Amino acid sequence: MTPSLEIRGLTRRFGGITAVDALDLDVTEGELVSIIGPNGAGKTTTFNLISGLDRSDAGSIVFEGRRIAGLRPEDIAACGVARTFQHGRVFANLSVEDNVMVGGHTRLRAVRPDWLVGGALAEIALALVRPRSVRSEERQLRSETREIIALFGDRLTPRLDHLAYSLSYANRRRVEIARALALRPRLLLLDEPTAGMNPTETAEMQTLIAALKERGLTILLIEHKLEMVMQLSDRIYVLDDGAKIAEGPPAAVRNDPAVIEAYLGHNDIGQTQSESAATEMRKGRAWA
Amino acid sequence: MSSFIDYTVNGFMIGNIYALLAVGLALIFGVANLINFAHGSVYTVGAYIGWAAITYLHTPLPVTMLIVFAACALVGMAIERLGLRPLQGRARIAPLLATIGISFVLDQLVQLVFSPQPRALPSDLPDWRLNVGGGSIGALDLLIAAVGLVSAGSLFAFLRYTRLGFAVRAVAQDREAAQQMGVDVNAVNSAVFAIASALSGLSGLLVGMYYNHIDPNMSFQATLKGVVALIIGGVGNVPGAVVGSLLLGVVESYGIALFGTTYRNLFAFVMLIVFLLWLPNGLFGGRTALQTEPLTGSFIAPSTPTRVPAWLLWALTGSAFALPLVFDAPYLLQTLTNAWLAAMLALSLTLVSGSAGVISFGQAALLALGAYASALLVTDLGAPTMLSIPLAGFIASALGVLLVLPALRLRGHYIAIGTLAIGEIVSLTILNWESLTGGAMGLTGIPPISLFGYEIYSARGVYWLCLVVVLALALLQTRFLDSHFGRTLRAVREDEIAARTYGVRVDRYKALAFAFGGFGAGVSGAISAHLYSYINHQTFDAQLSLLALTMVILGGMGNIVGAILGAVALVGLPELFRVTAEYRILIYGLALLLLIRFRPQGVLGAV
Repeated sequence: MTPSLEIRGLTRRFGGITAVDALDLDVTEGELVSIIGPNGAGKTTTFNLISGLDRSDAGSIVFEGRRIAGLRPEDIAACGVARTFQHGRVFANLSVEDNVMVGGHTRLRAVRPDWLVGGALAEIALALVRPRSVRSEERQLRSETREIIALFGDRLTPRLDHLAYSLSYANRRRVEIARALALRPRLLLLDEPTAGMNPTETAEMQTLIAALKERGLTILLIEHKLEMVMQLSDRIYVLDDGAKIAEGPPAAVRNDPAVIEAYLGHNDIGQTQSESAATEMRKGRAWA
Repeated sequence: MSSFIDYTVNGFMIGNIYALLAVGLALIFGVANLINFAHGSVYTVGAYIGWAAITYLHTPLPVTMLIVFAACALVGMAIERLGLRPLQGRARIAPLLATIGISFVLDQLVQLVFSPQPRALPSDLPDWRLNVGGGSIGALDLLIAAVGLVSAGSLFAFLRYTRLGFAVRAVAQDREAAQQMGVDVNAVNSAVFAIASALSGLSGLLVGMYYNHIDPNMSFQATLKGVVALIIGGVGNVPGAVVGSLLLGVVESYGIALFGTTYRNLFAFVMLIVFLLWLPNGLFGGRTALQTEPLTGSFIAPSTPTRVPAWLLWALTGSAFALPLVFDAPYLLQTLTNAWLAAMLALSLTLVSGSAGVISFGQAALLALGAYASALLVTDLGAPTMLSIPLAGFIASALGVLLVLPALRLRGHYIAIGTLAIGEIVSLTILNWESLTGGAMGLTGIPPISLFGYEIYSARGVYWLCLVVVLALALLQTRFLDSHFGRTLRAVREDEIAARTYGVRVDRYKALAFAFGGFGAGVSGAISAHLYSYINHQTFDAQLSLLALTMVILGGMGNIVGAILGAVALVGLPELFRVTAEYRILIYGLALLLLIRFRPQGVLGAV
């Protein structure tokens, strides 16, 4: 059981609000861990901190034994962490294929020599001259890209050349995940991958994520659709107001009174309501 | 001591005049999120209307001021109507480019109506001076100070106590919310443009009287000074703009006292860069409250670019090569040669601004760097032109990257203004580094190009040479963008955050785009230097940068064939149809306006 991600005491304050409050979180290699919690619980902030888009006020983030808190996002990506964005950030005027190929950027070696001096100029020269190594690297990335796109069945393959802005919302989310996979991540952060998808599309996405997990990919998932979370996750962290209120395997979290209270209102609001909501939750329905 | 007081007084006077400009810019920025590049043109219009009133109607000063105020207010409302209102909801750079187009048009109209000759603008104020501690203050100084104070005071009262003033502040704070509360945003914008333009026109009149000199080319510098003062004070901050203007005026004045007049603008632009980089929120913005990215630089309208079929490209290339064999008219060939040289600049700009999304308003500085590099290599070191021209390309590329590197972290409008300032700094450094560049005298007697010992004099020879170079650059750029650079640069342009999350070092790739583009622009400048045989610090001015931007937008941002098409259309066609120089700028201005309004993706489509 090799640890992949170890987060200790992670804290992020915005003015007077503590968005993430002394969070401890572990992900073991090959595990699928979900973070759930109501809106504003600090889930996406946690992702921003892991991926380097935001800086923590305290705490440490260690990925595969390396402290990554405070690194720039581009360096964290180079470590093998890929993420998707809650609202989708595909490159609107790039084709589907190019979007996904940008995902493979950190893996370009032949065309981006790691020289201390002159690496940038060499990159231009290599891109213009294109020796065999560069060509084969590009070819390889392209064929991998197509394989990744094929994971989404017929959703994306016929649209390889389409510019991303012309895609449906669900397809843009798929492109985003494809782009993340092209990085060949050793840790994949999925921020609400099924947001805005209908039940069929959600089921499809769930199958895909299950397949990725099957392949041994380590995944940290933020998701509101509880049924899916319960079925996919090895462990679940529940956040509320930035703090962790519960963690454990799905079965344990499902019946945790603190969780039910956090989601469904506090005890003083009314027992009956809370109970019926709790029943809903046990059935694995999403809360409104 | 006396001179110190004189310089201080002078600085405050100039500062006051800048304040009249900057306050308007700040107001406009506040409500419309727009840096109005036509502001200086209104200032010129104001000066000329004042001149006309005094000369033809013999109006006394108060009446003249009233006429200027009213006329410029109308001009301002027209600018809002044409430049801003139709572009609401578009990329935020669009209205800015529209105001550049409007400024071209206004400047040219002033030239057509009043002739390009400078005029004297006499003031009918009494000619007494008040002695203060060894220095002296004249009636005009007092008038300028009074106008400054009165306008600042009334503006304050207007914003603070009137209904329309409330509306202006509400729109500045939150446009949508104001709209939902029933504020007529268009009326507010119109009013703000009227007030701002009226003050700008007044400022032009006062400056004209202060120096007893007006000319149609004073607009651009006025806009720039206003923008510098605006940024020093913090964009959109009206009191800040006043303080920024006074500070700028005084600093310039002391700069002149210490180093001479040619350093005045250098001080202004260095201050601009310093503020952009280290205090982007201005003096009063505070360091911690980092301004959220207010403006986005991307101007790319989603479009499917028109694919020009390969046979057509071959045919066009073939005819371009064959042309001198059929028509050997030197005039035609020279015109097209100019178009090829412009195309090299447009190629470099379409890479930087189109593909990488860094809007550059200073691209012509690369021409200047290349031109001076090659000319000096040949005249001072005796290098052959065959060597000096490509070397000049590399020098322009390297210097260009070094200069722009610190500015690359700026976004949206700020990078555009930063590159504009860098361009001006390059030109002013050339002006002031006399030992190397000959200063204001420029470089003369630059030898013509020679290849393998054959001097290329003939119109044909030069034409073919430039054609070969532009095609080679276009092919190289196509290959460059066909590699991982193409998708990476475009990804940077589309979404920097997402690009960084996928490991793209954004600044590195922007810099590489500048490096690649800088080479072509430097080569273009170098060839020009050898063709013109004379260059000075104004040969490649900011107007050329803006013209190049128009070409690039015309062809379609990022579109390589489009860049060449844009250059031929804007440089070649007006010349071929013998459009006189005055009307040419008018055409550029109108072209820019129409493109932004009706076809922002350009003729061939943005890539």
